Amino acid sequence: MHREKRSREFYILAIFFAVFVLFLYGPLSAILILSFQGPNGGLTFPLNGVSLRWFANLFETQAVGDFGGSFRRSALLGVMVMLVTVAVSLLAGLAFRRRFIGATALFYLAVASLVVPSIIVSLGIGVLFNQLGLQPAWYSSAFGAHLTWTLPFGVLIMFAVFNRFSPAYEEAARDLGASSWQTFSNVVLPMIAPSLIGVGLFGFTLSYDEFARTLMTAGSFNTLPLEIYGMTTNVTTPVLYALGTVTTVFSFLVIAGTLGLIVHLNRRRLKS
Amino acid sequence: MATITSSDTETVGRIRSKGFRLPLAVISYLQAIPLTLILGFFLLLPILMIAVVSFWDYDFAQMYPDFLTMNYEETLGSWVTWKTYLNTLKFALLVWAITLVIGFWVAYFLAFHIRTTSMQMVLFLVCTVPFLTSNIIRMISWIPVLGRNGLINSGLVNSGVISEPIEWLLYSDFAVVLAMVHLYTLFMVTPIFNTLMRIDKSLVEAARDAGATSWQILTNVIIPLAKPGMAIGTIFVVTLVMADFSTVQVMSGGQSASVALMMKNQMSLLQYPAAAANAVVLLVLVLTMVAGILRIVDIRKEL
Repeated sequence: MHREKRSREFYILAIFFAVFVLFLYGPLSAILILSFQGPNGGLTFPLNGVSLRWFANLFETQAVGDFGGSFRRSALLGVMVMLVTVAVSLLAGLAFRRRFIGATALFYLAVASLVVPSIIVSLGIGVLFNQLGLQPAWYSSAFGAHLTWTLPFGVLIMFAVFNRFSPAYEEAARDLGASSWQTFSNVVLPMIAPSLIGVGLFGFTLSYDEFARTLMTAGSFNTLPLEIYGMTTNVTTPVLYALGTVTTVFSFLVIAGTLGLIVHLNRRRLKS
Repeated sequence: MATITSSDTETVGRIRSKGFRLPLAVISYLQAIPLTLILGFFLLLPILMIAVVSFWDYDFAQMYPDFLTMNYEETLGSWVTWKTYLNTLKFALLVWAITLVIGFWVAYFLAFHIRTTSMQMVLFLVCTVPFLTSNIIRMISWIPVLGRNGLINSGLVNSGVISEPIEWLLYSDFAVVLAMVHLYTLFMVTPIFNTLMRIDKSLVEAARDAGATSWQILTNVIIPLAKPGMAIGTIFVVTLVMADFSTVQVMSGGQSASVALMMKNQMSLLQYPAAAANAVVLLVLVLTMVAGILRIVDIRKEL
């Protein structure tokens, strides 16, 4: 294949893309830098010395609320949502491979779950729990509220994956005498594993960062995003940025770890 | 030939499965049950509950089952509501137009100007990663950039372009739209990128061989084929903006309003039936918009 010379259009678009990336990452790096603000520094540049004071401040619970507790709750909730999202989306994806009565309705219900404003879901679940006499809590009502946001993503991804999945592999396995469980666990599952990990990543990060749906459903204990949201109105020191840096670094680690796992799985599959 | 093989496998299957087997249709239903139950209990039931509660009576502490249209009359009869709806639609329109332009060009660059698939994936991930981090943190991160003593103002003042800091950069409608574009552009990039990647490159070559200029190829081949992706991106962006309260609250500093923010304020005053009436109106509006867009595009085909 011969390589064409780059056109002028390419360079203009490349600059546009670079500006877009700067737009995405610029502000984020500003708070990353400002979280190392000196003890007397404020919320804006310039840096007034460099210190870890605001990070230390984070772990003195009384000053900024319950950061440790809310972080633990958010991380645990994220894992719960991730596991359920992966399992339920996989099952639904398998179900949609065959036609059944109500399939279209269920599909549009999942799409509806994506477009219904989060605050309406939040209000609805809050009122529903109230009327049923149940106590809302992060592990029950907020858990369900998060699932209404992560499941449609998972279902749509699985739907797309199985749309492109050739049944020839399964037919071959069956011809070789594999049972339907063997076909699923030895043939289908390894092939869709990277997509499932992707669904899991979505499930975790969407839940870990979600707060509109948690607003009315978290009960008496805050999740991390609610804690941060509360801080935006009453905290005027760089401790807010320190918290932002810590959670962002945590998100980056989760994303990098997951991507590493996907790349590793793909390599292993190509080798075998 | 094909019939012989399939009947062969059927016999083999019948011999092997001594135990009892579920018919395929039943398996489909079993697999669909968890999703149905979760969405039924945490989406359908709550929305029905909101519809019911919107007709209830309330005072400062409690709600009373009733059948009143008062909540709707109060909501729709007040000019504040109409102004808030108009304001929300204004945000939706602005953010939609800006994200559509940015989203299309970013996706177009990735799909047609980057030559290797691995480079495409790397650059796409570079765009995706910020969207997997906290929305609130990404909102707050504009404060040191746009603020009165922020990077932009101090840069402009120091270089002598302006003598006084610009006040409308932060805590204004400008800041709200900027932050929303920052938060939601990926929801436009991804679906457009997805459709552009599926355009057969030979179509572009055929157009070029037939003498079309790059601009003609863009407007007559690529953009028409990208429409389904744009429609899906539009659904995402419009519904996200219509539902937004936090960006409006934080970035306008309380000076601007949106429907969801109005609902949130009613909720914090425990006026749940009023908030529910508002929710019903907002839901009908959003679903109507989505249904309109879905007439243009069949999502199931685009996945």
